Amino acid sequence: MPAPERAMVMDEADVGRALTRIAHEIVERNKGTQGLVVVGIHTRGVPLARRLAAKLAGIEGVQVPTGALDVAMYRDDIGLRPPTATRDTDLPFDLAGTVVVLVDDVLYTGRTIRAALDALTDFGRPRAIQLAVLVDRGHRELPLRADYVGKNLPTAPDGVVRVLLSETDGRDGVLVTEGAEPAGDGHPGGATSPSRKARTR
Amino acid sequence: MKEHLLSAGDLDAGDITRILDTAAHLAKVTDRAIKKVPTLRGRTVCNLFFEDSTRTRISFELAAKRLSADVINFTAKGSSVSKGESLKDTAITLEAMGVDAIVIRHGASGAPWRLAEWVDAVVVNAGDGTHEHPTQALLDLYTMRQHFPSFAGLRVAIVGDVLHSRVARSNVLALRTMGAEVTLVAPPTLLPARVETWGAGVSYDLDAVLPKQDVVMLLRMQLERQRAGFFPSLREYARLYGLDARRLEAMPEHAIVMHPGPMNRGVEIAAEVADSIERSVIADQVANGISVRMALLYLLLGGPAVREAPGVAVPATFEEGAL
Repeated sequence: MPAPERAMVMDEADVGRALTRIAHEIVERNKGTQGLVVVGIHTRGVPLARRLAAKLAGIEGVQVPTGALDVAMYRDDIGLRPPTATRDTDLPFDLAGTVVVLVDDVLYTGRTIRAALDALTDFGRPRAIQLAVLVDRGHRELPLRADYVGKNLPTAPDGVVRVLLSETDGRDGVLVTEGAEPAGDGHPGGATSPSRKARTR
Repeated sequence: MKEHLLSAGDLDAGDITRILDTAAHLAKVTDRAIKKVPTLRGRTVCNLFFEDSTRTRISFELAAKRLSADVINFTAKGSSVSKGESLKDTAITLEAMGVDAIVIRHGASGAPWRLAEWVDAVVVNAGDGTHEHPTQALLDLYTMRQHFPSFAGLRVAIVGDVLHSRVARSNVLALRTMGAEVTLVAPPTLLPARVETWGAGVSYDLDAVLPKQDVVMLLRMQLERQRAGFFPSLREYARLYGLDARRLEAMPEHAIVMHPGPMNRGVEIAAEVADSIERSVIADQVANGISVRMALLYLLLGGPAVREAPGVAVPATFEEGAL
């Protein structure tokens, strides 16, 4: 069986441009960066959040606090699959009264975001939470939408979207595979494997 | 992960590393304003304690509660055990009430293994007789890892009543798995038969061993389990095997002092050593116990209940981010 076609839908320059545009949209919508914090969801949301914060600093000249959020303990499928590996949650600021820009690589079913909203609530009561994603691939299972989207990517439900970032994968880019990948096509777990947003049930 | 946690020897290096890593992440829950995550909502953990315990039972209770599990505390005193109910009938009763995990402490070595044969629930050994105490070993390893980058070649002396110690056996098993060099130090009468098969060094001379150690772990003199005179007097034991200020000086500058508690001050450890802020990590061990037990409960109970759902294919590994 031939391997399904893998298309590069965003290259390094596209990822950079999308983040620059999102940063400008964040500044425009919030009339600056006053009271703003940027929180990335593990794994690839974390480097994306740092990059967004750097771009915001470039536009406004002010450092925006960044944090990292692990949602493993808040997932809605605990007990349905082997336990997810945990990561460090690091929110070195008081959330009360802030506007949180939550950052993830791919928005798909929306379940990760729901878990992230619950997790954030346990740390405090932000004034508002906004969502930024590099790719929105559709197929939502919950009534959620993103405020800032790098690229809308209509996909087949059994397709796979892979976001690669230099911090975790050695290079930047977004790959799409239509249809299920054949077995043995390398999807090791762990921090260094490319992110796969695949339907699991 | 295994289905139960009975012996520290059942865990390979990957399991231990995973438990310690998870514990490090979960430790942060304890630092938060809301010290609770919803992870094990709807799960029930039963602490089945046939022996007295302060820290282990409270530690397991707090760990389960911080993960939002429901906790039942069962102690032999005041239960039907004092009317003569057997372990098996007690276990079957608990099972019928629908507990998901049983944390058992029992005076008989091997009791958790028997229990695991009778029930579907996850069984965690919280100390069986003079045999094993795997969660203590894991929290001890966690505490060591806070001070030393690697277990490979780490020199650990375990000093005292090895014969009656479940802590010593579990620690030797886990430390050997991780590549540490363990030396057991005790008078010959307090070493078990065939101790040479444990894969640890053995010495009768504490003063000769101390200058070479990274970690010195004192064991509690378990007078309540001793049925014969294993040494002439407590005073003589303290003089030969107790860690006092003079012996602390003989240890390397970086070496840490551990004790599983409860301590016999003035016997295996002098009060001034136990209270030494720079060298003693005894209070850290207690705090770390909660994080390590949270990690264990999460890893043991956070997965699918395989036995209740035959025919449901469960992936062997789960890939992060695939939600």
